[in-house]
Amino acid sequence: MKAAEFDYARAASADEACRLLAGAGGEGRIIAGGQTLVPLMAMRLVRPALLVDINAVADLRGIEAGENHLNVQAATPQADALANLLLRRRLPLLTKALGFVGHVQTRNRGTIGGSLAHADPAAEICLAAATLEAELIARSAQGERIIAARDFFIGAMATALAEEECLVAVRFPVWPTAPRFGTGFQETSIRRSDFALAAAAAQLALDERGVCRRAALGLGGAATTPLVLEEAAGRLVGTTLAEDDVAAALALAEKDLAPIADLHASAEYRRRAAGAMLARALAEARAEALG
Amino acid sequence: MAEGGFRYIGRKRRPREDRRFVAGAGRFVADLALPGMLHVALVASPYPAARLVAIDARAALALPGVRAVLTGAELAQATEALASGLDIPQVRRFPLAVGRARYVGEWVAAVVAETRAIAEDAAELVDVAYEPLPFVIDPEAAIEPGAPPVHPEHGSNLLYRRTFTWGPVAEDFAAAEHTLSFRARWHRSATVPIETFGVVARWDEAARLLDVWASIQMPKYPDQLARALRLPGNAVRVHFDVDVGGSYGVKRGIKHSVLAGYLARKLGAPVRLIEDRLENMRGGDAHGPDRLFDVACAFTSDGIVRSLRLRALDDAGAYAGRAPLQLGKPVGAIVGPYRIGSVEYEAISVTTNKTVQEAVRGFGQSPTNFALETMMDRVARQLGIDRVELRRRNLIRHEQFPYTIPSGSTYDSGDYHAVLAKALDAAGHADLLARRDAARAAGKLAGIGVACCLEPSGGNSAFEPLFNPKNETTTWMESCTVKVDLSGAITAAMGTSSSGQGHETLVATIIGEVLERDPETIRVVHSDSLTAMPSNSPVGSRMAIMLGGAAAGAARTLKAALLAVAAHDLGVTEAELEYRDGGVRLRRDPASGRSWDALVEIAHRKFHKLPPGMAPGLQAMHVWEVPTGGALPTADGRVQMYPCYAFETHVVYAELDRATGQVTLGPYVIGHDCGTMINPDIVHGMTYGGAAHGIGAALYERFRYDENGQLLSGSFMDYLIPSAHEVPDIAIVDHCTPSPLTAFGQKGSGEAGYLGAPAAVASAVNDALAPLGLAVAELPMTATVLGELLASAER
Amino acid sequence: MSQHEITLTVNGRRHAARVAARLTLVDFLRDELRLTGTHAGCEHGVCGACSVLLDGRPVRSCLIFAVQAEGAAITTVEGLAPEPGALGVLQDSFCEAHGLQCGFCTPGMLIAAEALLRRTLSPSEEEIREAIGGNLCRCTGYKQIVEAIRIAAERLGGANLAPGTDHG
Repeated sequence: MKAAEFDYARAASADEACRLLAGAGGEGRIIAGGQTLVPLMAMRLVRPALLVDINAVADLRGIEAGENHLNVQAATPQADALANLLLRRRLPLLTKALGFVGHVQTRNRGTIGGSLAHADPAAEICLAAATLEAELIARSAQGERIIAARDFFIGAMATALAEEECLVAVRFPVWPTAPRFGTGFQETSIRRSDFALAAAAAQLALDERGVCRRAALGLGGAATTPLVLEEAAGRLVGTTLAEDDVAAALALAEKDLAPIADLHASAEYRRRAAGAMLARALAEARAEALG
Repeated sequence: MAEGGFRYIGRKRRPREDRRFVAGAGRFVADLALPGMLHVALVASPYPAARLVAIDARAALALPGVRAVLTGAELAQATEALASGLDIPQVRRFPLAVGRARYVGEWVAAVVAETRAIAEDAAELVDVAYEPLPFVIDPEAAIEPGAPPVHPEHGSNLLYRRTFTWGPVAEDFAAAEHTLSFRARWHRSATVPIETFGVVARWDEAARLLDVWASIQMPKYPDQLARALRLPGNAVRVHFDVDVGGSYGVKRGIKHSVLAGYLARKLGAPVRLIEDRLENMRGGDAHGPDRLFDVACAFTSDGIVRSLRLRALDDAGAYAGRAPLQLGKPVGAIVGPYRIGSVEYEAISVTTNKTVQEAVRGFGQSPTNFALETMMDRVARQLGIDRVELRRRNLIRHEQFPYTIPSGSTYDSGDYHAVLAKALDAAGHADLLARRDAARAAGKLAGIGVACCLEPSGGNSAFEPLFNPKNETTTWMESCTVKVDLSGAITAAMGTSSSGQGHETLVATIIGEVLERDPETIRVVHSDSLTAMPSNSPVGSRMAIMLGGAAAGAARTLKAALLAVAAHDLGVTEAELEYRDGGVRLRRDPASGRSWDALVEIAHRKFHKLPPGMAPGLQAMHVWEVPTGGALPTADGRVQMYPCYAFETHVVYAELDRATGQVTLGPYVIGHDCGTMINPDIVHGMTYGGAAHGIGAALYERFRYDENGQLLSGSFMDYLIPSAHEVPDIAIVDHCTPSPLTAFGQKGSGEAGYLGAPAAVASAVNDALAPLGLAVAELPMTATVLGELLASAER
Repeated sequence: MSQHEITLTVNGRRHAARVAARLTLVDFLRDELRLTGTHAGCEHGVCGACSVLLDGRPVRSCLIFAVQAEGAAITTVEGLAPEPGALGVLQDSFCEAHGLQCGFCTPGMLIAAEALLRRTLSPSEEEIREAIGGNLCRCTGYKQIVEAIRIAAERLGGANLAPGTDHG
């Protein structure tokens, strides 16, 4: 199980990575953590002519606070993000999601951007990015562009990134401080560290009286891309998240599901599990918000 | 002295093997680097059945670094077909497909190159023209008329079929107050060790000797290798000092070894074939039992099971090595631990276009135990009797041993009720019931699993003559050589490799026990196959019994020699002497005698002081025949299968997630009786590991095929081995009913845990499902299988 | 095929080598440096047998190309002992609890445990299981491994030692 031959280049900057990629004529691939890419290469399911390594690019690592967002550089290891206190405080949903990603060793090497760029429909980071309406910043020799998460994920393992583009950062919106705030992230997988069969994310902001002022709901593993459940979330806004409201929101969510079947689970199983995960994530977020 | 009056046996002592492994200093086959060594990669069939029209290796051979491309046609000319356990001469198996590929992943050609990476590059360049043929994946479909033949020359896809009847089955069923029947399915899984199979072969033309280092756990391996390569047995030297990275039955890479041996000789260079994980899982021929059971039983209103009808249909895959015999071994424990008076057993082995099956931990016993325990649960449910109580009523009682079952095997000893009671007690059964009922009241799905299972041990091969009358094998001896050198140090030699069972510790402990010498000072080596005395390898939970017995026998011979030397030197009779702490002293005057060193000195240097007729030096070899072995089966198929019967009771609590079908296990308790434990840490370790493996078979692991005959779970991403998150903290309670047949009362334990866990987990899941009126008798019960079952119940 | 000069530190020793881009770190350690304690179990990042510490963090060496380890400090199982022939407390604890059988997954388990114990000397059972959750073992059912790590933590915590310290 040895990778097919390839050329390797270590980029010193994001710009150099873009140049190298542009010069590879569509046969280049960025390698960050390599936790998804290298197994595919070992099985020779992927065989790039050139690997552009961005691990040495210091600017591509780190987490910074912006005005209303956190900026996570693409090559930030998942383990660093999981341990990051700023992220834990301001983006607890992402921290929760990261706890479900792989295990210690893959998180040490795997990166935030790498997971997003692979766009597995069940990946937790993709789900968090979609739910929170993150913006993904792609750079190429032509410059930078910002892609909304909803436009970024275009199918299973498919993104809006062009061949010569390198994902350099992700901007996660941070919601304005609310009197009551809660997040929930739930998933079911066959083994603990496997990809989710279904995953759900919920984030709620409530006013002093317990009325929901803002809600975001998302599902992973329930379609070919992470699903953002706008209608269901909208149904919660203005309510006190009473049982009926939650049930109505969940019912709205159900019609958005379009799960795919694979070796591990049928579409029907995923549909049912996704519904259950969403209910649990919502309950978790609600309990947290109501404290 | 420890319990049972032993000095070293049964005590907590560190297994000696551990030190080299924690230092990273194990010596695994892949660690070997011979000068000039070449590497093999395999070209695998993408079709479940196809005629091999042509193989064009020109492009591959043109790649720099490539040394050879070998096809099945050439290899089949130069070697003999691999041995089969059945009398099926037309089902011929070679390391590389000959003329026809019979499963996805079957090796069609071998590429040899200077590095493994180059060999893989070249393997992609081998151009094989295939003509796809009809194929069959389902074992029941395979024996329907008109099914595509896997081996047209054989005439059908049936490899073996026999119905055994032991006792008045028809009468018992006719007279029964109650009967029930059901179908159980044990899907294909295996042991899947973390080390794949590997072999390195080197041919020495001057010596005309093939040296082989392999990750092997296989009876008669050197002999089969030599035969296939058309070499005399003494032209093959298998080095048994290779550490094997786990096996639990499957490390039987005879086809890999014949291939590597042939290539080494052909190319005049050492050849290494280390399977990668994809080769291992698709073409390594190491899948496990794939079995359909049709179970029927006759029982009284009190829940006493009188008679059993068991039909086992097993899918051996595309060729038949030894694996079909896994239908034979369970004959020796066909009624489990129960007093069932008559049995009809139909064993059917079928060939299909799937990867070849190999021996898996328990050799067919664990699937059989699952079928039997599912039956006991269903009898209990049908009668409304508590499942534990039902078992108590049916278990063989302590005073009934030795107990002969209808199929002719005699169980040596046991106290099943005591072990069951201990396990229930340790699990806090009453509290568990309360916990389950509280969970149910709170709307959860909760259940308790109970299983009472046997581990036949002492690996004999009585199933060989049972399933193939042309095979008259009635001995499966094991040997040990022990010598004391001039310095007084003891060295013991065993003739097989180890894959984590701690044989060096076993042998040292037993010799230390007999000779009353510190086991730490005893060296244990693995001879190579030319210097080794006969061994049948560590299969069938046999080494504590068989190697232990051989070591004890050799040590006792030495002890007798020491006594004889001392008696002669002191001018007294042996009756006047006693052996103590390695020396010999006068009973009447314990201060007088001969020390270990003095006796060794006499034996090695002072021939004039040796008793007449005694050979100089201090060495002994003992070859031990399996106790109770030695006889052929009767005409109706009654046979003493293995000598010793260990027993285990599992009690496990499980909760099921209604929405996802996820099963959470624990508490988990195993009551275990394997007689005298030589090293408790080793026994417990294998039992925990066996249970974990059983949990895998019960909930996670399956080699799954699609309708196109493609293997869907051919990597670790989709063949799901349980991790530390999935395996609960298991507690073991020991019980000791010594075997009357063995040196120290020990029984085997290498398959412990695995023989009961699948049955117990299935029992727990079914108990959890019972309030919904659901039942499932299919393993693995994956979360998705259960989730879909729960969904269907809701609809 | 591109070839690359790399220098890296393995178990405290500096090595310079010329490697093909496609050579994985595990193959480099085993075949080039002959440090065969690190094992390749699946070569696709699932089993954890190939775990090593890279700049102090446990990673899969089958999922890193050697060329990517330029400038890194690697610790393999061979580097866990305080001196040749001795065992560290963690290694000794694995012997004490018989936290292994065939020994194949053991180096990876030790690396995973080492990383945990560098972080905390009072790990809960859950933390221990989390730390080794990416390392598959087929022999032990994990019980005695968890026990071994707990023993090591107690010993190290009691003595306030680093995991690699000689057990004496």
